[in-house]
Amino acid sequence: MATEESTETTGGRTAILPRIWKAGSVPLFSVFLAAFIGAMLLWLSGSNPFTAYWSLLQGALGSPEAIGRTLEKATPLVFSGLAVAFAFKAGLFNIGGQGQLLIGGIVAAYLGFAVDGLPFLIHMPLALLGGSLAGALWAAIAGALKTYTGAHEVITTIMLNYIAINLTDFLANGPWKDTGIIARTPKILDTAVIPTWGFIPLGFVVAVLMAILTYYLLFKTTWGYAIRTTGLNAEAAKYAGIKVGRIIILTMAFSGFLAGMGGAVESLGVIGRYQPGFNVGLGFDGITIALLAKTNPLGVIPAAILLGAMDAGGSQMQFDAGVRFQIIDVIKALILFFVSADIIVRKILGSRAVDEDKVTLSTGWGG
Amino acid sequence: MSNIDQSIVVLEAKGITKRFPGVLANDKVDLKLHKGEVLALLGENGAGKSTLMNMLYGLYHPDEGEIWIKGEHIALKNPRDAIDRGVGMVHQHFQLVPVMTVAENVMLGSEITSRGGILARRKAENRVNELSQQYGLEVDPTAIVEDLPVGTQQRVEIIKALYRNADILILDEPTAVLTPQEANELFRIMRDLTAQGVSIIFITHKLKEVLAVADRIGVLRGGRMVGTAEPQTSTEASLAELMVGRSVILTVDKKKAQPAELVLKVENLYVKDDRQHMTVKGVDLKVHAGEIVGIAGVQGNGQRELVEALTGLRAVEDGRITIADVDSTHYTPRQNTELGVAHIPEDREKHGLVMAYTLSDNMVLNNYYLKPYASGIFMNKEAIVENGTQLVKEFDVRPPNPLTTAGKLSGGNKQKVIVAREFSRPTKLLIAAQPTRGIDVGSIEFIHNQIVAQRDRGAAVLVVSAELDEVLGLADQVAVMFDGRIVKILPVAEATRERVGLLMAGSEA
Repeated sequence: MATEESTETTGGRTAILPRIWKAGSVPLFSVFLAAFIGAMLLWLSGSNPFTAYWSLLQGALGSPEAIGRTLEKATPLVFSGLAVAFAFKAGLFNIGGQGQLLIGGIVAAYLGFAVDGLPFLIHMPLALLGGSLAGALWAAIAGALKTYTGAHEVITTIMLNYIAINLTDFLANGPWKDTGIIARTPKILDTAVIPTWGFIPLGFVVAVLMAILTYYLLFKTTWGYAIRTTGLNAEAAKYAGIKVGRIIILTMAFSGFLAGMGGAVESLGVIGRYQPGFNVGLGFDGITIALLAKTNPLGVIPAAILLGAMDAGGSQMQFDAGVRFQIIDVIKALILFFVSADIIVRKILGSRAVDEDKVTLSTGWGG
Repeated sequence: MSNIDQSIVVLEAKGITKRFPGVLANDKVDLKLHKGEVLALLGENGAGKSTLMNMLYGLYHPDEGEIWIKGEHIALKNPRDAIDRGVGMVHQHFQLVPVMTVAENVMLGSEITSRGGILARRKAENRVNELSQQYGLEVDPTAIVEDLPVGTQQRVEIIKALYRNADILILDEPTAVLTPQEANELFRIMRDLTAQGVSIIFITHKLKEVLAVADRIGVLRGGRMVGTAEPQTSTEASLAELMVGRSVILTVDKKKAQPAELVLKVENLYVKDDRQHMTVKGVDLKVHAGEIVGIAGVQGNGQRELVEALTGLRAVEDGRITIADVDSTHYTPRQNTELGVAHIPEDREKHGLVMAYTLSDNMVLNNYYLKPYASGIFMNKEAIVENGTQLVKEFDVRPPNPLTTAGKLSGGNKQKVIVAREFSRPTKLLIAAQPTRGIDVGSIEFIHNQIVAQRDRGAAVLVVSAELDEVLGLADQVAVMFDGRIVKILPVAEATRERVGLLMAGSEA
């Protein structure tokens, strides 16, 4: 899987366009294939797929407001996609993005409403980083469990998701509950709000910066080398003197940091508080996005925008074409299906699967 | 020999060609196997032996050419087709389930059941007994496979093939895991088999064995059948030349050792294996600067655990390791590297390389964090590629492109990348485990010379090898390891094959 990446580390002499094509053809085709099957489903259920997709497009990109909405939807997805992609590089399958995002979201909201008297330039970053660090700690639990007990991160992160869901529900309905009947935290103070520039949400800019930072971390630093070596061959990493156990914990922590930041941006920039039920599915979409991006941090940006556009245009499609929103989830699931079972797409495209191109979803149990 | 029936060709390949992207693995290969014959197939790694055998066994499909089995032209779709026609293969890595009994392993995939689908274990055991008596393959059908010695496990593999009525056997590097005595026992079995009409293709790169057991020899080089030879009229040198395409020096050319100060001292060392069994049981060993100590022993007698303990990959239970006057008993791999230990790991694909990395990235695997390859936390791409370019040239890695990924190289060239990396640092102690396993003669020669050069530069060298000839060729002192202990240390002049062979098997000489 790391052919392109490693050439980036050391040479990067191959022409850029063929490389993008080589990396992007399968994901792109997967998207088209999913859209095509989605169109057939629309047609079978009595809707006109052209009208439906047209209103989807309008709703996603038809106006500055629509674009703003798409970017807003894409923002947490960039973070959750990065979280999954980053962990993949160390050979870890972080399914816990959802839980880390919720923890990050509620801690950021708490810092946003409970800490008073700070100026914007301190309060907003404090809440943002506080949420991110909470996500990091949450994910580090799974990393530590793997390092010290060998418990597989797929299992532990799923379990931690349930704990996070219930813990955040409890906090939003208990100690951190707003006055009134609805289970949610109070509104955050104005000094903690992440603003919007024109139609571009500032959160999206932060997301793009984090994607670039993650890319540099992975491919230009010694930490990235140690992480990728661990992911590609943990035995060789041990042999090379890399402390694999520590790498696993730190990688999970940074992965959770990214997911937590996604939740924090959502609380501080979109919802304005933490409210249970508002962040559903964002963490899980990260898996689709990371695979669509072939675990490349920069590829996460377009992949997240694509899914964000589908979310943003979905309501317009529902409104104009009378199509149920669920079709969007079906298409997302189909994309995930085709990118993870990419051998199907390769068969259709007639390209051969190269070993190093494959994204290994997860190491064996206990591995 | 008398049991060969020249008139019956049981297996024939005609003009077999197989291409892989960028490689012509087999180029119009012809091969004939007569009834009751042992055909040895010689060739360097990457010569196309495995590709050819995999086609005869139905795992690959030839691009051109025909396969005939017992007079029938067939396109083998999968191994099942081959098995149905009596072809059996014993792979280098055994395909056995360790926790099951011999009989269970043998019938796995073609189980005998009584009515109602219940396993007829007794019947299978009886059949295994019949086969082992008929062919002199002594084995207890009720024994658990993981408790058996390697040589016996191999017999189980052979019985497995015979159980499926194989009368054409392909043995892929069968002696790699055996003591010389076990290898001789295998040759006896092979003769018993051919005497009863079984035909055998014997893949190997050990020239002595070919001369000892083969009826006819086929040599593959660069995907082509470059010649056939008769053992009666061949010598090791003539076969090696045919294999490599030029004359090769088979013995390691080296001056007398000049041992100096003590570098490695191991005292009463105890180490456990992965299953928590004590596998190294009180090893004492000394290696001086400027000498090569070779550890001879059948695989699985604690050599791997010893090496891993010395290099920091495995915890030491008891005892003490001193390297260059520093107590390194509980050192990490990185501390050992920084102390001046170079390590050629036993399993180059598992430990030594990251297949998806470029050669230059692999060349800095254990010093990537040091100047000039990194400044602070930032990697220095130019320095890494420059280092790679230089080492690739210096160590004759092919293709000579530092940006190729390691996975694309042949075994010999992969090993050269590791050797290049490990030898490019200042080294006080070199630990080389199976340094030439499964690689071609040309690369073996190169790597042996490099190891001797390290010695002459003043490094202390510890070589661990399952190839007795390699230990005897390289070492100045031969240490024989058996059952977790060093049972004897001999100057190489006193270490004859026979004596060391007996020590390896645990009998005191």
